[in-house]
Amino acid sequence: MSTVNANLTYNYKVVRQFAIMTLVWGIVGMGMGVLIASQLVWPSMNLDLPWTHFGRLRPLHTNLVIFGFGGSALFATSYYVVQRTCQARLISDSLAAFTFWGWQAVMVAAIITLPMGLTSTKEYAELEWPIDILIALVWITYALVFFGTITKRSTPHIYVANWFYGGFILTVAALHIGNNLALPATAFKSYSAYAGVTDAMMQWWYGHNAVGFFLTAGFLGMMYYFVPKQANRPVYSYRLSIVHFWALIATYVWAGGHHLHYSALPDWAQTAGMVMSLILLAPSWGGMINGMMTLSGAWHKLRTDPILRFLVVSLSFYGMSTFEGPMMAIKTVNALSHNTDWTIGHVHSGALGWVAMISIGAVYHLIPKLWGVPAMYSTGLINVHFWLATVGTVLYIVAMWVNGIMQGLMWRAVNQDGTLTYSFVEALEASWPGYLVRFIGGAIFLSGMLVMAYNTYMTVRQKDAVALDNAAVQPA
Amino acid sequence: MSTFWSIWISVIVLGTIFGCWWLLMATRKSQTTDTETDRTTGHSFDGIEEYDNPLPKWWFYLFIGTCVFSLGYLALYPGLGNFQGLLGWSSTNQWETEMQQADARYSELYARYGDTPVPALADNEDAMKMGQRLFANNCAVCHGSAGRGSLGFPNLTDNDWLYGGEPDNILTTLHEGRNGNMPAKGFMPNMNNTQVDQVVNYVLSFSDREKSAEAAEAGEAVFAQACAGCHGTDGKGNQGMGAPNLTDNIWLYGSTYDWIRETVVNGRQNQMPAQGGRLSDDQIQILAAYVYSLSN
Repeated sequence: MSTVNANLTYNYKVVRQFAIMTLVWGIVGMGMGVLIASQLVWPSMNLDLPWTHFGRLRPLHTNLVIFGFGGSALFATSYYVVQRTCQARLISDSLAAFTFWGWQAVMVAAIITLPMGLTSTKEYAELEWPIDILIALVWITYALVFFGTITKRSTPHIYVANWFYGGFILTVAALHIGNNLALPATAFKSYSAYAGVTDAMMQWWYGHNAVGFFLTAGFLGMMYYFVPKQANRPVYSYRLSIVHFWALIATYVWAGGHHLHYSALPDWAQTAGMVMSLILLAPSWGGMINGMMTLSGAWHKLRTDPILRFLVVSLSFYGMSTFEGPMMAIKTVNALSHNTDWTIGHVHSGALGWVAMISIGAVYHLIPKLWGVPAMYSTGLINVHFWLATVGTVLYIVAMWVNGIMQGLMWRAVNQDGTLTYSFVEALEASWPGYLVRFIGGAIFLSGMLVMAYNTYMTVRQKDAVALDNAAVQPA
Repeated sequence: MSTFWSIWISVIVLGTIFGCWWLLMATRKSQTTDTETDRTTGHSFDGIEEYDNPLPKWWFYLFIGTCVFSLGYLALYPGLGNFQGLLGWSSTNQWETEMQQADARYSELYARYGDTPVPALADNEDAMKMGQRLFANNCAVCHGSAGRGSLGFPNLTDNDWLYGGEPDNILTTLHEGRNGNMPAKGFMPNMNNTQVDQVVNYVLSFSDREKSAEAAEAGEAVFAQACAGCHGTDGKGNQGMGAPNLTDNIWLYGSTYDWIRETVVNGRQNQMPAQGGRLSDDQIQILAAYVYSLSN
């Protein structure tokens, strides 16, 4: 259907670089997560040093896993998918290389500044203003490369995966720049451009859409390529993808208000945040259905293909956490769940179950293709990784559900005279077993990543594995 | 908010919901089949094709259902700009209602003890159990769950009182709160470093801990000028203004030379927040008795 220049090649170098860094930041970021989980079990793991205490390492953990691991996975897959589904090479190798090195510089800067206590204090946007400027430059370049490549496509239509990647890239640019507007005071200290409750609303408009666009829309783009590709089946429903794409991006931007229930935020903004969060249930599930049903007629492949298993289980966790999210956005449920470990559990059922598992599946699909070999070194080890990831995730989220609901109930329990039954410390003591189980679950998940790193290393050092910088454009 | 913003908010909230609704209806209307199909859209991207399956029915009705619920919710609750909703609910009046309900439920229980004098109440076991719970909820954050205080927060068990330990003093402290203020260098703003060292040694000498007897001796004159106005010439303090007794070796801000020096040089500000209005008079009566019981 297209007129492809026979001499055209794809830029695989930048894809390969980001794919490897997905593994590196995944291990470092999840390792940081396991460390801070251990600090909640054994406080002496804080080491009594300012640079290593929970308050400074927790933002480092979130930055490394969201932007280092998740971001690298998104860069790698979006560059791969946009080239292959548009049958066009990235418009500029040097701009693509700038996004790679720029993004790595951001992560290194995070590792240096956050333990030093240099922070703007906005959750998931802690990096100080000079680093924010670098992020903005990298991101605008990313948009240029991505959309430039789409305009050069040799296919008549734009594939659905690219809608999601495109929506994610545009919205994250607006969110990042909008929320980080600040007045610099010194080289590493700035003050937000917004005050009071406006600042809080801006922060959660950003914060929830870091989830909605960075961790959802982008990864749905990933899903729309790697699930049908790995299953070798057509996408279930084109029209479903249209409805759920537009509904998802239209309602997600509203949802941030549900982080500020029963706060100084005006009631109308809380209500709007809540109803839009509820409406989000169906658009979110639209993506899950489209991915799951793509497997109809190919379910038997799950028995033999652990990569496909990663992709399908990630969709199950996606469906589960996008049901849980709207429920937690309801004011009366939120009154119980807010500030408890339930929130942490919810985030990780999305982060480990959905984001990490779909990325892992996609990277397992990518690695052999980027090195020109038929398959990963060991399918058995992928299977081992699958079970470590699944068991780790389940232990983690169950521990946090139990802790969260228990904390919520203990905090609100009252005696016959109206006084609180439990002090804060009593609820904390009761949470200890849950923290231990969470630490174990996280450590198991991390061990799976190490298995993956070993499998990748063994794959690329095979005799016939050659790192492809350029791959010929040809029908798949 | 102004009418413009109220309309703006209503339009974009409703526009988003009806936009979803329209998208859903329009997409459904153009479906050619009701059941699953083998027909693809004819596109192929890197080998990936797309079926043109209809929207799953249950999913369609789930989506419509959440939109209907949201419209109903927006009719009942505040969400559309200045429109308060048919129920007249607000987070403020929900809080007020819950507080009134709590008052109605618990006030009778506390009223039983509200008229009993503090010393008698301190001997009442049931009242003291309530007092302990009130203390844990309202006071323990600063004074500690056992009432022993910590740096900057007075120990309530040692019978050393900043503002007096008689029932009336404790009741006043609880009802009205206290504002402690020790000015930097007392009444001698131009005190030099030598004089600071002398006066710190003099204060230490009240508990026989001076580092230099000579400096302590010289400090007496500095103390008389800078400190005695509040702490008294004998350093025994003044409960009328909350000036601590410096001779009993009980220290609110640390007892070492360095700590006392910092207090002298920079002064101290402290506040016990007023509980009147937060807690009922009956609850404060019980709390006062509980605090009284800690040292009596």
